Formats: sequence, structure tokens, C-alpha cells
Amino acid sequence: MLYRENGQFKTSYAADQQIFPIFQERWAMALLLLVAFVVLPLVGSEYWFRAILIPFLILSLAALGLNILVGYCGQISLGTGAFMAVGAYAAYNFMVRIDGMPLIVAMLLGGLSATVIGVLFGIPSLRIKGLYLAVATLAAQFFTDWAFLRIGWFTNNSSSGSVSMARLDVFGVPIESPVTKYLFVLTVVCVFALMAKNLVRSAIGRQWMAIRDMDVAAAVIGIRPMYAKLSAFAVSSFIVGVAGVLWAFIHLGAWEPAAFSIDRSFQLLFMVIIGGLGSIAGAFLGAGFIVLLPLALDQIPHLLGIPLSTATITHLVHMIFGALIVFFLIVEPHGLAKLWSVGKQKLRLWPFPH
Amino acid sequence: MDMTDMNSAAAATPSGRRQGEVILDLQNISLRFGGVKALTDISFNVREHEIRSIIGPNGAGKSSMLNVINGVYHPQEGRILYRGHERQRLEPYMAARQGIARTFQNIALFKGMSVLDNIMTGRNLKMKSNLFQQALFWGAAQKEEIAHREKVEEVIDFLEIQNVRKTPVGQLPYGLQKRVELGRALAAEPSLLLLDEPMAGMNVEEKQDMCRFILDVNDQFGTTIVLIEHDMGVVMDISDRVVVLDYGKKIGDGAPDEVRNNEDVISAYLGTSH
Repeated sequence: MLYRENGQFKTSYAADQQIFPIFQERWAMALLLLVAFVVLPLVGSEYWFRAILIPFLILSLAALGLNILVGYCGQISLGTGAFMAVGAYAAYNFMVRIDGMPLIVAMLLGGLSATVIGVLFGIPSLRIKGLYLAVATLAAQFFTDWAFLRIGWFTNNSSSGSVSMARLDVFGVPIESPVTKYLFVLTVVCVFALMAKNLVRSAIGRQWMAIRDMDVAAAVIGIRPMYAKLSAFAVSSFIVGVAGVLWAFIHLGAWEPAAFSIDRSFQLLFMVIIGGLGSIAGAFLGAGFIVLLPLALDQIPHLLGIPLSTATITHLVHMIFGALIVFFLIVEPHGLAKLWSVGKQKLRLWPFPH
Repeated sequence: MDMTDMNSAAAATPSGRRQGEVILDLQNISLRFGGVKALTDISFNVREHEIRSIIGPNGAGKSSMLNVINGVYHPQEGRILYRGHERQRLEPYMAARQGIARTFQNIALFKGMSVLDNIMTGRNLKMKSNLFQQALFWGAAQKEEIAHREKVEEVIDFLEIQNVRKTPVGQLPYGLQKRVELGRALAAEPSLLLLDEPMAGMNVEEKQDMCRFILDVNDQFGTTIVLIEHDMGVVMDISDRVVVLDYGKKIGDGAPDEVRNNEDVISAYLGTSH
């Protein structure tokens, strides 16, 4: 009843091209941002920020980056962890080796370094497709695992192999407390999500999707496959690299290469598939599903007052979580984002059947 | 334009249509895939503004011929002159840049995208804003998006598909998908349009609609059209000149009436008594 576009006529192409063309959606989004930026910092506990919101946001950003590559351009990558690591270690070196390097500049430079490596490992995509490409990008994963573990220069010759980053600040404002960390991450994620959305609704986004859907036809109408694929690798690994910087600097504080192992790559790929390939909202939904759901399931026995040992709960959570993944993929193979948009379509007519 | 107009337009061809210089000249083209000879020593030309049909039985090499013209295949022998310039090895996107657009025999739309976005991709060569401007979607990028949207809306009006503008193309019926594919090619404002069986699998009404669109494109925009089609009625009605292929060789070339009476063509289609 509430969600209707009745009477909302568009009189210009600019109005028709808005991200949220429906009035109610604009309000819902504004409300969501208000809650995220104002209400949560006032009411959230330290545990919420540290263990739930910050990891959720950063992994959403990484999933967003990966979704540009896999969901929009159709190039499967298993090197996401590697590109995150490149971002993190590059930014670390810029911070350590250059005095007075501002955090934001280091973050962007980390992203750019990931871009370079991403494009390099994207070159095989010009010749190979699908699962074969996934295996080729796996090379990036093994290579960076090895490089950051064995080449001392990258870790500033740290004896333990672990590096840390403390006393961060942005424009003189220290990023120390969980709330400031959360707000910083939230701002970065919002800015990147907006830019990613702009890209996918512009010419470049259409080029990526054209390559994904039918590469010969794309070439025939003048899209250069090389440019489209490598630009997708570039944009994707830039965003993933920035997420890597945030993950290392803000979430972990101190880290070693294992933080960006192949498990991370798989986790992000699952987020993108469950959330919805080729959808910006899907990256957030997928990250929410993978990060938040196990935490929520964990709490249920406590809330219901069922006496279960911690170990039993952990096993149960794994089983239920796995079953839910299968369930959702059967209900909607195109992911939660598709489920969401189908729901919205239904809501437009509700309570009438058609 | 209603049916009577279409008939009169069709009746006016080939004499009624203006024809210009030779725009595309194919000389002694041979194409092999390993030991299979797809095309053998084929020469023909296309004049500006004409409708040039390629016909022939299945496997005659018609689609291969189109793929040679727009750079998907590279012939081992022969010369291709486009607008008087000999063309070196050329990739499909370069052909597009030179104003050659095409549709495919099996629909090759971008299935995950809406009708609007599919046709918008046809404008991509004309969009000049860079990645950063597009990321901000502000100023030049937004203006450009709106300007091209206007052009695309003209194509949508022309093809009468306003009501499915925002529908994902995968959900459209076959005939409409063919029309959207034509729209995508038209959005590029090509000077040479290659149509690979645009009427395959259509019923009579849909064929009439498609014929009307092809003739209108040719008439209103002066677009040169190379057409592959199996429906002889259509071919003989709307073409200026017809080239006939069989087993990768050219067996006939000329005005529809000449081709119709060509002995080799008749035997290729009907068989010969030995």
C-alpha cells in the first residue's frame, strides 16, 4: 500500500535516470543513512562496532569490488584476497616509508597498487574465460601469499612477519575509538558504493555487461574487449584494494598474510553469489548474510534459554548456515538482491493479486 | 506507413532507389578453417544506399561473408576496399568505428540488460566521457547520458517498442527481440548495416513489419544494407542487387530478375537432373 509509484510521472530523462526513481525508495534510503550515520553511533556498543558493523561494511566494500568484476563483467576471480593484501601492504609501506603520509592518500595509493596488480593478473582474461580464468587468478593468490611472507622488504623486515598500524588520523581527527573507526569506514563505503553505482549505470557499465552477456556482439558494436575487461579488473581491484587497506588498518590493526588467504577470496565470492551477481545492493546483502547471520544464529539459544554447550552451538550454526545457503540458492539462484527486487514488485500491487 | 505504401515502395525497387558510389568492394576473398573452404574466390561490391542481398542454400557461406565484412573472420586471401581504402587486418570494434553495424542470425542481445540499455550500448562509440566523469555521474557524463538517451528514444519510437523500454530483453518474444537487435545496430547510426536473417522464424505480419523497418531505414537515413535472407519473396521484392553463394562460391550476381533466371542459381536451389 505504501510502496507505489502511482502518479510519479517523469518529465525529463534526468529524472528517469535517478538511482532511486521512486519517491518512497529515496525516503527509505535517507532513513537508512540517518540510522547508520546518526542513530547507530549514539546507541551502538563497542562490541557492535568492533565485531559486527566494521567487518560487515569492509567486507561489503570488497564484495562490491568483486561484484563489478564477476557480476557485471562476467570474469570470475579467485584472487580477491590477493588484491586486498596488495592494497593493505602497499598502503602500509607508503605509511611507513614516507613521513607524514596522510591516511586517505595512503589508502588511495594502496588501491592504485592493487589496480596495477589486478590489471596484470587480468591480462589472461583476454584469452581465457570462465573457470579457466578463475584458476589463472588463483595464481595471484598464491603469488601474493608467498611474496608477503618471504620478501622481507614488504613487511619492513618485521621479524615475526606480522605488521601493525596504529595512531591513525584523518585531517587531524584521530581514528582510534570504535565509533570514529565505524564512521570513517561507513563514509568510505558510501562514497565508493555511490561511485560504483554511477559506473554501472553509465557507458562503461553497459560495456562490462555487454562483454558479460555476449562478447562477440559487444565487439561488433564497437566495444573493445581488452579495454572493457581490463577496466573492470582495474576498477574492481581498486575497490578491493581499498577494502584491504581498511581491513588491515582499521579492523585488524596488526596482521599477517594469512588475513588475506584463499579463504577470504572464497568467502567474498560466496557473498557475491548469494547476494546477487550484478547488483550493488547484492554486495551488501551477501556480506550481511555471511557476516551477520552466523552471529545472529549464535545468539538464538541464549535468547531462548536453551542450555547448550558452546561447541554444540557452533556445530549447529554451521549446519543451519549451510542449509540456509542451499535453501536461498534454490529459492532464488540470482541471489538475495533478486529476491529483494521481486519482493518490491509484489509490494507495488499488494494487497491486490495483480 | 501502411501496407499499400510498403507494396508501392517495394514495387519501386530496384529502379526507384538512389544508388551511389561503390562503398564496399570485396575482391577474390577466400576463407578457410583448417581444411574446410568456407569461401572461395568471391568478389562483389556494394553501392552506397542500396539494398544488397546475399542468398544461398544452408552452409553456402553467407554468414561467413558478413563475418569477413565486419572483421570477425580474417580471410586468408583477397582484398577488401571500404570507401576506397584497402583494409588491413581489422578487428570487429574497428569495423564498428568505421560505421559498419550488424545483427545476428541467432539473436545476440545482452540478455541481462533492459531494452533501453541494449540500445544504449549501440551508442557507446559516440560517448566520450571518461571513467572518472562517469563515476561522478555529473556534468559532462550526465549531459552525455541524456543526449544519447534522446537519440535512443528516437530509435525506440521508430521501431515502435516504447512499451517494452524497461523490460529485460530475455523476457521479450522472439519477434521483438529481433527488433531490439535491429535497434541496437541502428543506434550506432551506421552507414553500412549488415542484417543476418532478420526475418528468420517470423510469421507473415512480423515479416511485413521488419520489411517496413528495413525499407524505412534505407529510405530515411540512406543506410546501405547488406541482407541475408531465405524468404525469396522478400529478397526479390526489396533488393536492388542479389549475390548468390553455393558451397562457398559465387554462382550468381545481379538484379533480382537476372538472378531469378540464372541457370546455376536454379540448379543450386532446385537441383539438376543428370
